[in-house]
Amino acid sequence: MTTPPPPQLPGNLKSNPRLGQWLRVDPQGFVELSPGKVEIGQGILTALTQIAADEFDVAPERIRLKPATTAASPNEGVTSGSLSIQDSGSAIRHACAQARGLFLASAAERLGVDASQLTVEDGAIRGPGNVATSYWELAESVDINLDATPGIKAKAPAARKIAGASAARLDLPEKVFGQRRFIHDTLYEGVLHGRVVRPPSPGAKLLSLDETAARNIDGIAAIVRDGSFVGVVADSELAAVRARDALAKSATWSEGLELPDFHNLANWLKSRPLESKVVAEKKTAVSAVPARAIRREFTRPYTAHASVGTSCAVAQWQGDKLNVWTHCQGIYNLRADLALVFGMSESDIVVEHREGAGCYGHNGADDVGLDASLLARAAPGRQVRVAWSREEELGWGPFSPAMAIAVEADLDDAGDILQWRFDLWSNGHATRPGRGDSPTLLSGYYLEKPFPMLPGGNMPLATGGGADRNAVPAYAFASQRITNHRLLEMPIRTSALRSLGAFANVFAIESMMDIIATEKGEDPVAFRLRHLEDARARAVVEAAARRANWGKQKREDGVGYGIGYAKYKNLGAWCAVVAEVECGRDIRVRKLTIAVDVGEVINPDGVVNQIEGGAIQATSHALKEAVTFDRERITSDTWETYPILKFSEAPAVEVEIINRPGERALGAGEGAHGPTVAAIANAIADAMGVRVYDLPLTPDRVIAAVNAA
Amino acid sequence: MSDTIQLTVNGGSRSINCDPSSPLLYVLREQCGLTGTHFGCGLNQCGACFVLVDGQPLASCDTPMWSVAGKSVVTVEGLGSPGKPHPLQTALIEEQALQCGYCISGIQISAAALLEKNPDPTDKDVREALDGNLCRCGAHNRIVRAVRRAAEAMREGAKA
Ligand code: FES
Ligand code: FES
Repeated sequence: MTTPPPPQLPGNLKSNPRLGQWLRVDPQGFVELSPGKVEIGQGILTALTQIAADEFDVAPERIRLKPATTAASPNEGVTSGSLSIQDSGSAIRHACAQARGLFLASAAERLGVDASQLTVEDGAIRGPGNVATSYWELAESVDINLDATPGIKAKAPAARKIAGASAARLDLPEKVFGQRRFIHDTLYEGVLHGRVVRPPSPGAKLLSLDETAARNIDGIAAIVRDGSFVGVVADSELAAVRARDALAKSATWSEGLELPDFHNLANWLKSRPLESKVVAEKKTAVSAVPARAIRREFTRPYTAHASVGTSCAVAQWQGDKLNVWTHCQGIYNLRADLALVFGMSESDIVVEHREGAGCYGHNGADDVGLDASLLARAAPGRQVRVAWSREEELGWGPFSPAMAIAVEADLDDAGDILQWRFDLWSNGHATRPGRGDSPTLLSGYYLEKPFPMLPGGNMPLATGGGADRNAVPAYAFASQRITNHRLLEMPIRTSALRSLGAFANVFAIESMMDIIATEKGEDPVAFRLRHLEDARARAVVEAAARRANWGKQKREDGVGYGIGYAKYKNLGAWCAVVAEVECGRDIRVRKLTIAVDVGEVINPDGVVNQIEGGAIQATSHALKEAVTFDRERITSDTWETYPILKFSEAPAVEVEIINRPGERALGAGEGAHGPTVAAIANAIADAMGVRVYDLPLTPDRVIAAVNAA
Repeated sequence: MSDTIQLTVNGGSRSINCDPSSPLLYVLREQCGLTGTHFGCGLNQCGACFVLVDGQPLASCDTPMWSVAGKSVVTVEGLGSPGKPHPLQTALIEEQALQCGYCISGIQISAAALLEKNPDPTDKDVREALDGNLCRCGAHNRIVRAVRRAAEAMREGAKA
């Protein structure tokens, strides 16, 4: 008999075991919850509140959320990768269960009864013979500043009343009434305003600057120059904007880096210095011999996060100590890079989170934190607020890398797949701060003593990968080899954008599956099911197909249906999407029918909201988006040159959740991205009989494919 | 270059001392303390900064102060409040219609102007009215549902 392994602490409790770091019970009758994960519009604070309320037996209204700060909060790393429910939720559940036990033990002692005879309802503790006390009464005598113990039993899923039911988002009312909730608004009065002058193109160096016109603007407090970093501080926002524009007009710059050839990105990607790595390989001897091979190439352009709100931060120096308020996804990570830039100890910096607009990955949120810190040095003791312009947001934040993908399949004479080879070329998808010896914050590259702009890397595949995320197909092929060719130079700065490489990889894999199925004359859904062994994978594919009435839809001219499937990161949510697309003068995605399995569901309406939002955003990426550039500068830095999906273009979306109570809760934020673009591409091919291999899937490309056929 | 400009903001009359070429957005946020109106692009391309000027939705980022002299400006704060919500605000919360919510002030302005003109808009009417407002989070369909729900509530209210 083997002994079971000793129990472990769940999620982020492992690295932050002290209970008091996660929650505090206040005698005034409330519970302060301190997650290290942050709200980025995904509703995480609501879900974590649900979990805590359930496990601690208090009404959700009694829970107050403390903004994450490096001065106190648990270090939960970066809020990304759809991991928050899993890593933070499980930690909070455990911490609350254990804290509840400590309170009950103390109550038992005080009341002279056995703890097992006590009940808790909304913080009120009762026992036999009408004895009673409460968390609030006990708050001062119960010490929860101790380390969590592994093996604490949380409530059984069936006993949970709050987690698992739809809950209204806590942050919505303030946002709807225009009250101060966003960082853009909360720290506004009494601050100084800063703005940065960006070079005309990446890597350009400042040659000369005439400050006269800017100095003549009323309200200018300081002009800051450090190498090629130029900025201004003023006592009103408008003055800062006008001074920035005046400085920009007067500045002259050297030429910057040579940018890639926009019109031939695949060639450009493949001809760079590369690090090539086989990331997955499988060989099974089969008796069939390959009758032929089929090879296709796919590309996707650079794309932008394109938040509707621009990146914003506030910084304040007090002596040698720095305070930064930010909407970035990882407060500890930003702190680490700020410490590197300023050559100071992390303990002299406090980074505190405030809500921002949706970011969808590593956008300019961290960068603007450095901008504010650099400018605030010119106004010691004062809070300096910097908000990026639209042009900075679309032109200077990190982009999602362009990718080229080649898929080759050896088929036997029945047209079945014997061997699958998948090669991808891409810059790394991770240049987040706080992960290396050199800071990755934009303005750091332009200082008098500049930090090098090192090419981005990727997380290991075992924890989700980067460029190679979802490059390993979910299907059972006898033999396969997946190779990631990472670029060793990075003229265009790239980092993480929602779903990372999965967007292009799932597009390529799922397109190829349809191509092979169609050649065989087999139904794409049946073909997939024949190659899927995982029961939960099959369940979402079947559910989406059933709900979309797959195979029984009325055929209309120019209208097609397509399916796409992936299990996010091959570790997370299972998701299948059926797209109905109309191809005319425009390409219109009429409807997306989605089935998703995120394990145990904490907030069903929250999951639907995340999946639907992700699918609509993925539709925008699929149909419209590409960062454009000439050999010197980014040319897509306004909404006119970088259009995104509009209200009249948004597809109808139906979401079916397959709930799995008791199964590990998985994030929903990114699960729909890959399957959505794949379903749309396959639907276009179904409608038109020709296929587009390059994203975005524009009418021009469809016409070109028709003409070439 | 400073001048005094008279206008009405959310029902109250104000006289504002400013450079007449200042965009209304900055005056609302900095001088009136109304930060519910958001900056998104500064180029009249996103709708985040929309306000009603004499009932018309306008990009406050692109509206100089001289052009609103004597006019009536309504911001999201003027549409309703937690104690006295606009039907749109009630419906947006009931439908849980936002994700990050950065876009929602401007969207309420476009929607309020639509409902003023058209008490019973179709799905298509609402979408067309909101095409000047960008939402990056993909909350579009929920927002459209909320606007139609608000329209229905307002029609019911008018009957009662
Ligand atoms: S900020 Fe005015 S329209 Fe975008
Ligand atoms: S809800 Fe985030 S931009 Fe609309």
